[in-house]
This record gives sequence, structure tokens and C-alpha cells, in this order.
Amino acid sequence: MRAPGGPEVAVGDVLLAVENVSLSFGGVKAVSDVSFDIRRGEIRAIIGPNGAGKTSMLNVINGFYTPQRGRITYKGETRRKMRPHDAAYGGIARTFQNVALFRGMTALDNIMAGRTLKMHSNLIWQMLRFGPAMREEVEHRRRVEEIIDFLKIQEIRRVPVGRLPYGLQKRVELGRALAMEPDLLLLDEPMAGMNLEEKEDMSRYILDVNDHYGTTIALIEHDMGVVMDLSDRVVVLDHGIKIADGTPSHVKSDQAVIDAYLGVAH
Amino acid sequence: MDILYKVFIDPFLQMGTAPDLLVQTLWEGLVAGVLYALIALGFVLIFKASGVFNFAQGIMVVFAALTLVGLHEHGIPAYVALALTIGVMFLLAYGVERLMLRPLVNQPDIILFMATFGLTYFLIGFGELLFGGESKVMIAEQLGLPRGAIDVKMLGGFVAFQRIDIAAAIIASVMVAALAIFFQKTRIGRALRAVADSHRAALSVGISLEQIWVIVWFAAGLVALVTGIMWGARSDVSFALEIIALKALPVLILGGFTSIPGAIVGGVIIGIGEKLGEFYWGPLLGSGIESWLAYVIALIFLLFRPQGLFGERIIERI
Amino acid sequence: MLYREVGQFKANYSADQAVFPILQDRMGLAVILFVAVVLIPYFGNGFFIQAVMIPFLIFSLAAIGLNLLTGYTGLLSLGTGAFMGVGAYACYKLTTYFPGVNILIWVIASGFFSAAVGVVFGLPSLRIKGFYLAVATLAAQFFLSWCFIRIPWFYNYNTSGAIEVPTRTLFGTPVTGATATNTTRYFVVLAIVVVMTVIAANIVHGRIGRMWMAVRDMDLAAELIGIRLLQTKLLAFAVSSFYCGVAGALLVFLWYGGAEPAVFDVNLSFFILFMVIIGGLGSLVGSFFGAALIFVLPIVLRYLPPKFGMPIQAATVEHIQFMTIGALIVLFLIVEPAGLARLWQIAKQKLRVWPFPY
Repeated sequence: MRAPGGPEVAVGDVLLAVENVSLSFGGVKAVSDVSFDIRRGEIRAIIGPNGAGKTSMLNVINGFYTPQRGRITYKGETRRKMRPHDAAYGGIARTFQNVALFRGMTALDNIMAGRTLKMHSNLIWQMLRFGPAMREEVEHRRRVEEIIDFLKIQEIRRVPVGRLPYGLQKRVELGRALAMEPDLLLLDEPMAGMNLEEKEDMSRYILDVNDHYGTTIALIEHDMGVVMDLSDRVVVLDHGIKIADGTPSHVKSDQAVIDAYLGVAH
Repeated sequence: MDILYKVFIDPFLQMGTAPDLLVQTLWEGLVAGVLYALIALGFVLIFKASGVFNFAQGIMVVFAALTLVGLHEHGIPAYVALALTIGVMFLLAYGVERLMLRPLVNQPDIILFMATFGLTYFLIGFGELLFGGESKVMIAEQLGLPRGAIDVKMLGGFVAFQRIDIAAAIIASVMVAALAIFFQKTRIGRALRAVADSHRAALSVGISLEQIWVIVWFAAGLVALVTGIMWGARSDVSFALEIIALKALPVLILGGFTSIPGAIVGGVIIGIGEKLGEFYWGPLLGSGIESWLAYVIALIFLLFRPQGLFGERIIERI
Repeated sequence: MLYREVGQFKANYSADQAVFPILQDRMGLAVILFVAVVLIPYFGNGFFIQAVMIPFLIFSLAAIGLNLLTGYTGLLSLGTGAFMGVGAYACYKLTTYFPGVNILIWVIASGFFSAAVGVVFGLPSLRIKGFYLAVATLAAQFFLSWCFIRIPWFYNYNTSGAIEVPTRTLFGTPVTGATATNTTRYFVVLAIVVVMTVIAANIVHGRIGRMWMAVRDMDLAAELIGIRLLQTKLLAFAVSSFYCGVAGALLVFLWYGGAEPAVFDVNLSFFILFMVIIGGLGSLVGSFFGAALIFVLPIVLRYLPPKFGMPIQAATVEHIQFMTIGALIVLFLIVEPAGLARLWQIAKQKLRVWPFPY
């Protein structure tokens, strides 16, 4: 958690650590020997110029990509690769740069889908839609409605997400990730394509999630202002290599970082 | 134990003891494969240039052959009928472009794929209406195609090479080479590849989608015509050919949907595999296994290489 | 204003999560059921029931089956005909070996056989996607068709290769075989189809339906929220094939009265697929619409022209059927790719505000 305006306070133990992770596609090295950790309860930003390997890094954490080298330690368990299913059940949720919502479904159904791993009633009860199945539906609907209230998307519950404007889609996607009740929330450019007002809303939601639910957050973001305001610690990647790691103010004045961005801070 | 012998040892023994039969089977498989490859080629042309998987390619083969024979039956001399059929295929390409492709221009590929289902059934009905459902004889002689066989004494026996098969192999190779050059070297070929990559991008550099599509469907129509003539010359022309055309799917899986050489390689593998399977393992399982063997072969390949032999590995960026 | 749902408030989540939350929908359903259960048997003549209603219901069931797999889960299948065949032949063998057991039990049981076969041929879906998966289902289709011809055990070694349905009774009344009346068979088919449609609706509106749709829309994201892809896809194959298997058994036992292997060929697969496409992918109601259009249309084509004094040969009718179906598919895809179901939704939308234009 952040002491307002003050120096960074060490938060909780290490939730996730990546060590010496290297990832290449064919001949292209996306990530080279990157190590950093994420502490429980903090907001960790991953920044860097385009093509720095930030999304690839998230994909490794999620289990989409298998790194050629390196290890991932999550909740004390070390492994060579993460499997998407293990990540989900382990409490890692994620949003995507290009909004990966289920376009054929409504906003409500998308968020309900996020509850899947918590729903267990079997096929027989589902066929009857009675008893345990119905009770489960209602209980999870209640939880999902809490999230809907939190994100203020009540009016668009029943709208097919394909029809929603971009900003609302991103909010629904956040809702779906929250529905998983994650311990670690990975946000890939949550503010991309938003105007100032939308960014402020989204920042507020991210902070609230961190404060209210205690969710650890790792986010990739280009907007420096957002990064400075929101994050506890920052890791900077450039061309797949880590070039800085520390508090926002520390990183902002790091020469290597400035050079990487060609001297432009925002 | 006995079954293991029958499956794994016996067929190979048979191959070894009668090598002339083996060569015969291989040759027939090769020729069948070449014809499958031609059908697949039509698919590849259209897919390469418009991203549409033209399920109707098979029926186009039948339709072209039927038109040719039908015209001839009405007393039109062979070469004139051929020229007229080429004209009909052009009209077909134009019609498909105007009535089917243009209205569906920005729809996802699956919609276009399903539209070609509709086209297939329409052409089946239309063809049957115009030409009747009975099988017909291809006017091979009138077109100057050779007949008879060349018997070659080899490997302790005789292997018969049908002249028409040799002609088919040669004509197919010429066609493939011509198409490959067309795609790689000419301006229109380049435009076709551009359209395959992105409709919008192609439009924005001034390529006329409509023209390209008519050209490519016409080219596929020509390929269909050649295929129909060759196939009809070897066996009769009937609507059963349509189901055979479905065999092009396994060929495309092996060879990739966008590769012209891939279509040939895939066709040959499927053709030979099928013939060998039918001849040497067929008696074990019962006749008619060629109705599904090609698909199973393709399926097994897919399990090891989900993108086919020549397809590009799909790296999903997310 | 007819379809105004404003003012219908739900006091709790379970009411809101109901399959038919809107009153007009429930009323419409009641009307349809009334027509089906009372009016049609009473007023409809034997021909109508035998040639139209019974097959319509059976094909709708098959279309629902395929819709669950292709429309809801996004797995294109060209093997529907074969799966229907498995159900039909399973039922035949079961009732051959155990003639004393109630035929309805065997009809339902044959669905399980179909489901098992469906799962086997669905296994490749772990590695293979899209068009390529369609090839796996084609392999199933051609292989099973070959089996139906080549394995005489399936048709009890009958020299003609065909199977003939024996007479079986339910509560003393014949339901299959030559002595069963149209009306009896109609009620049995109606009951089975209604129950199975309700079950399908329940499944689709719940957790499993959402899992399927997630896999269809973006399987990578589905994996990330914890959905196990292989299990979900195999479940889709299983349930879908179950429905197709039951439909196949009903087709042979309660409609045709017999079958040849050629009945369950690739053309049947395509016909059911067309029903699903035209009716609307991902819509149960659409399955009924699609079956109605694709199945009833040829009948109309066959019997209408003579009524207008235009004699048409049977063969010509078939040609025109193919042409019409083909043209209709293209037309539908141009006009409304989401099928009749979407047109129906648009109509309801208009009814919400009628007589106002918007």
C-alpha cells in the first residue's frame, strides 16, 4: 500500500518472481534474462518503449508462452513454465491490450464467465436448472452484480459486448478479471485509447481494487502520468532487457530510462 | 498375432514379391494424386487470392465437364464446344463475383465458406436440371487426347501406362508451372497475392477487388475444366465426382491452403497412399476403404502438424 | 407495444436468470405447446403429421444437436449424419438383443453410444482448429458410413443391407413398426423433442453454455479464466452427438420405419448444417426455424405446382429443391448471416415499439 505522497513502504512478501527469463520466437529475442519480483499488495508497473517485451512478459506469467530459460515462482512454488489453467486456479487474472472479450455474449455473461472456476454444479443439475445449479447461478449472480455496481456498468448488462464502445469494453473486461477474485491481476495497457476522463475513472478503479480487495496488480502502461501516480514500484524493459527497477521517482530520473525513451518522459 | 502379421508384414511381402504390381499401383496412385492435386489447385487459387475456401470447386469440375459434353451432344464440334465452355466458366466466375462475393465483401471468412456451400448445391441442382443426372462419356478422342496403353516390360512383369494418364500428368505439370509463374512474376499475380493478404489494404492501393476476383475464379474455372476433362477421360462424368472432390480437403491439409507446390505434393501423397492402402490393406478390411482412407491419413498428419505440411505455423499474438 | 417488456420487474435473481423471463415469451410458448399438443393432432390429417410434423420435429432435434456443437461451441462438424446413424443402428441392435425392454429406453440409450463415438472423433479438437477440425468430422462421416455398409452385424446380416423396424409397444399401444399410428408416433416424438429442448435450453443458459460460447469466441481467453479446453470441447461433442443419436434413432424407428446406410451419408450432414446456418448459429429457436424452412420447403415445392396446374416431374422437383436451397443459403448469408433467429429478434424488437417506428 502507498503512504500518500510519502516514500515507498515495503509491502508484503514476494507474490511472484521471475528469474532469468528468456523468450524468443524463431530468431527474435522478445525477452532476455529478465528478473524481477512483485510483492503482495503492491501496484507494479512494467513500462518501456514499444517492442520492449512487456506483453510477452505478461504472457509468460500467464502461461501462454513458455520461456526458453528461466523460472517463475508464484506463491512459493517454482516452475519452469506456467500453465494457463494453473495460473487461473492459482489466482492470476488478466486483461488484454486488444480487449479479449467474448463477443457473442452480453456484458453480464462475460463477467459471469469469469466465475466459471468457482462454479461446480455438474451436468445433470445443469440440465434441470434446478436445485444446486440454480442456487449456484443466483449466488454467483449476486457476486457479479457487486462487481457491476463497483464498475458502474449496470445499464449495459444485457448488451452484447461487441456493440459497446471501447472504454466500456475495457471496463467489462476488468469486471471479468475481477470476477475471478484474483490474487494477482495483470493489466495490459488498461488505459489505451481512452480520453482523460476515462483514464481517471480507470485509475480510480485500479486503486480501489488494490485498496478494497487487496489485489496485487501488475500493469503495463504507456502513460507516464498514470504510472507515476498509481504504481508503488516500476520495472523498465527495453528491447527485452531490464534497464531499471525501483520506485517511480527513482526510475523517472534514471538516465538509461530517459535514453530509452529518447528523452521524452511522457 | 495373426492380425499383426496381416497388417504389418504381409502387405510388404506382397509388394516385394511382385514389384511390377507395386509399380503399377504406385503409378495409378500418382495419377490419381495428380488429379486430386488439380482440384486442390483450384481451391488454392481462390483461397490465395480471396481468402475464400471455395467448397464449390468440386462441383465446378463436374459442371465444366458436363457443359463440354452437353454442348458436344447437341452437335457442336469438339474444339468449338471447348471454347464455348471456357466462355461459360468465365460467365460463372462473373456471376459468382457479382451475386455472391460482392454482397459479402467484408464478412468473415466462415460466412463466405458457407456461401460456397450454397453455391455448390445450387450448381448441383442447376447442372442436373440442364444436363440430366446420368453419367456421360467425356469427348476425349474428339479433343485429341490419346488412348490406349503403353505396356512396359519391367521387374519381372508388365506395367501398363495408360496414355491418357501420361497426358494428364504432363498437362497438369504444365498447368502448375504456368500458374506458379503467373503468381510470382506477373503484375496481376502480385495483385492477387495482395488481395489474399488484405482486402482493405489492396483496395487502398487501387487494386480493383472485383476484377481480381473475376480473374481468379475464372482461372479456377479453367483448372476445373482441365480437371474435368482429364478425370472424365479416365472414368465417366457424373455427379459422383462431386464427392471425390471432397478428397481435395485432405490434400489441402497436407499441402497447405495457400501453396501451389504444396497442392501437388499433398495430392501425390494422398493419391499414392490411398491406392497403396486400398490395394494392399484393402482385402484385409473389406472393399471401399478409399472412401475414408484419405481423411484418416490427413487426420494423422494433422495430429502431428496441426497446420499441415506446408502451412505456416500460426503464432497467435494476443 | 405488443412486446413491451417495460414494467416487468424481477424481484430476485433467479427470476431474472430464468430461461424465459419475459411474459410474452412464456405466453407464446404456451400457445405453441397448445397448438402442438391439441390442435395439430385433432385437426391435422394423417399425411400432414407423417410427412411434415414428425420429420420436422426430428430434424429440429438434430439441428439442435449440431447447433450446440457448431453454433454454441464453434466447432464445425460435417459428421452429423454419421452420428445420427450411430444412434439409429445402436437402437436397432439394442432392441434386437433385448426386445422386451421399452423402446424409448433404447432410443435414449442409443444417444449415449452416439455420444461416445462423438467424443472419440472429437479428440483431435485439442490440437486441431477450424476448417481442419471439419476434416476430422468428415473422416468420421465417411468411416462410419463405410462401417454401416461393410459390417453386416449392424443390419443383422440382412441381405439387402437395410434394416426394418420391428413393432414395439408402449403401455400396450404400438409405437414403432407398421401398426403404430401416426398420432401415437407424433406424441412420442413430440414428448421427447420437447423434453430434450428444455434440457438444451437449461444447459445453454447456465455455466456450461457460457463455457462453450467462451471457447467459441476466444479460446485463449477462455483458457485464462480457467476453462479446460479439451474437457469443454469433448463435452460439446458428447452432448451434441447424444442429441443427434437420439434424432437418428427417432428417424428410423418413429418415422421411416426402416433405413439403408445411404440415409446417413454426407448429404444428411450438409442438410442439417444448412438448417443450422439458415436458422441461426447459436440459437435453439433458430434450429426449429431452420428445420422448418429446409425441410418444409421441398415439400411445398413438390405439392404446390400441381395445385396451380403446373405439372412437374419428381426429378425436376429435386433439382429445383437443390437450386432453391443453395440460392436461399447465399441469400440468407447476404441478408442476415445470423439467420432466421436474428430476423425473429428484429421482429420482436419492432413489436416492442409498434405502432411507433422506433
